[in-house]
Amino acid sequence: MRSLVTVILSVLLLSCNKVTDTLIPQSGNWVDTVYPIVSEKKMQLIDAGSYKTFFGKDSGSFVQVKSFYLDETPVTNKEYLSFLKKNPQWTRSQVLRLLADTGYLHNWQGDYEMPANAAPDAPVTNISWYAARAYAKSVGKRLPTIDEWEFVGAADQVSKNASDKPEFVDYIVKSLLKRMMYLKPVKQEAANFYGIYDMYGMVWEWTEDFSAVMITGDSRDDKNANEGLFCAGSAATTQDLKNYAAFARFAMRGSVRANYCINNLGFRCAKNIVE
Amino acid sequence: MKKQFFLSTLGFAAIFALTSCNQGNNPSNTTSSNSGSSSSGTVTVVDAEKIVAEGQFEEAKLTAPPNVPPPIGNRKAKKLIVRMETIEKVGELADGTDYTFWTFDGTVPGSFIRARVGDDIEFHLKNNANSTVAHNIDLHAVNGPGGGAAASNAAPGKEAVFSFKALNPGLYVYHCATAPVPEHIANGMYGLILIEPEGGLPPVDKEFYIMQGDFYTKGKNGAKGLQQFDIEKGIAEHPDYIVFNGSTRSLLGNNALQVKTGEKVRIYFGVGGPNITSSFHIIGEIFDKVYVEGGSTINEHVQTTLVPAGGSAIVEFTPTVPGDLVIVDHSLFRAFHKGTIGKIKVTGPENPNVFKAHK
Ligand SMILES: [Cu+2]
Repeated sequence: MRSLVTVILSVLLLSCNKVTDTLIPQSGNWVDTVYPIVSEKKMQLIDAGSYKTFFGKDSGSFVQVKSFYLDETPVTNKEYLSFLKKNPQWTRSQVLRLLADTGYLHNWQGDYEMPANAAPDAPVTNISWYAARAYAKSVGKRLPTIDEWEFVGAADQVSKNASDKPEFVDYIVKSLLKRMMYLKPVKQEAANFYGIYDMYGMVWEWTEDFSAVMITGDSRDDKNANEGLFCAGSAATTQDLKNYAAFARFAMRGSVRANYCINNLGFRCAKNIVE
Repeated sequence: MKKQFFLSTLGFAAIFALTSCNQGNNPSNTTSSNSGSSSSGTVTVVDAEKIVAEGQFEEAKLTAPPNVPPPIGNRKAKKLIVRMETIEKVGELADGTDYTFWTFDGTVPGSFIRARVGDDIEFHLKNNANSTVAHNIDLHAVNGPGGGAAASNAAPGKEAVFSFKALNPGLYVYHCATAPVPEHIANGMYGLILIEPEGGLPPVDKEFYIMQGDFYTKGKNGAKGLQQFDIEKGIAEHPDYIVFNGSTRSLLGNNALQVKTGEKVRIYFGVGGPNITSSFHIIGEIFDKVYVEGGSTINEHVQTTLVPAGGSAIVEFTPTVPGDLVIVDHSLFRAFHKGTIGKIKVTGPENPNVFKAHK
């Protein structure tokens, strides 16, 4: 039975990977060129460092993260509108289904009319991974990686790494219970140590390599994840608590595909440091 | 080289079995629920696999607690479509105390599913578009990876579909197995699925659906207003509330169950947990029959039956005198201080032959 599990899941995972590893598919006369727009979005410098992963094959080990820039807030409706104006191929009526499912911008009132129920400065949501990438390209940026996101997400308001603080973990767990926050303007709370806003409690965010999160059917395939999370985990250390809060983010990443558009899933952009 | 993060759904599900760390000791768990069976007419799992479900797919009728769909009776195995939706919503946990429940179909426990051995079930799990997180379902009635958990993992607004054949008769718990699993269950994501044997369970007059669950709130028991999930209390296994059917008042007052004397009553009882087991007891009544652990073994003349978290029992009794029966977890501080209390109003003529109070 175990091998069957593996087979079934491999198929699932392979097909999943394929979607995201392909470049934007060509189809008919749809324009896959992204036209640049000017963005005045404030970014913050994130200094290089390392963080202890709590998930996956490298679980428990330190992963190096290079210096990079990260948008201080998620991309907003207003910002996305300016992208659409220059890139009509990404409007709701013209986008390819392959690149964005039927939920794409479904809350907008028209191709160039922002949602009625959300603030112009609210995070843009109902955005596929492809769309998020196209936007990032138009402003000369890219999506952050999971490691980059998690590295910055470990910071509270006063320190780079708040993983060991129970109150920070509690704050993240609580943020899961907030509802409909994606309708509100960004910067609902104070910025974290890096000057980054809204990492928690507002929207989930696309990452460049989200599809690397795999739902496997058998935890025994992954010794570290299993033992780290379930056996040793019976002793509730703060690190375990931290893991606990992170589970939900990874569960979310594992549940989506690149063309999915979801009410509370948005994105922010990152940028390399040019030396 | 791309780094990969593995998220194991089965692993999360296994946390409840408490055997995940030494699985090597278990040869197989696919047929274990049939071992020790003493009742007649139970087909083996191998036979059940050969049963052909005839006809077109039909929509299964599900019910909200405390109701149960009609019995399967003598019907042949068929093809069933089961549709459920995961919904996050605020509801009453106790008088004046609200909680953000995560549910199957908007109730705690979720809808009751009723099928028979040999049925082919196509399961559609939709996650409501307003959900904040991903959800899935692990049905203990499923022989297959994670009980369907990985195959049913649905992002907000999305639907996942998987199929299974019901092989083992019994009363099974289902629950969400999306990480972090204990939180999803602590928020109310569980329910029961009954797989009847061929020919159905013996007919009774009244059937009810009750599940016990433990809740962990920031404020102490009795604190008013909207209460949030408290992870520390969950890990410490110190619930503020332990209740039947998701609320301290679900089986009290106007919600008390109603039966008549002489009616044969069957209760499908399960424990969602996530942590606390139940010493299930009805004050003033003896269980004539208990389907132990929801399986095929029947015990008779039972006062209290122990039901594990993620487990179930079917109990049967026939009230003979009128009055109130009180449903409790006989770990009684829970009943008096945390909420595991419910009532059955029995109406009918006095029966001094059986019971009489002397002045
Ligand atoms: Cu769930």
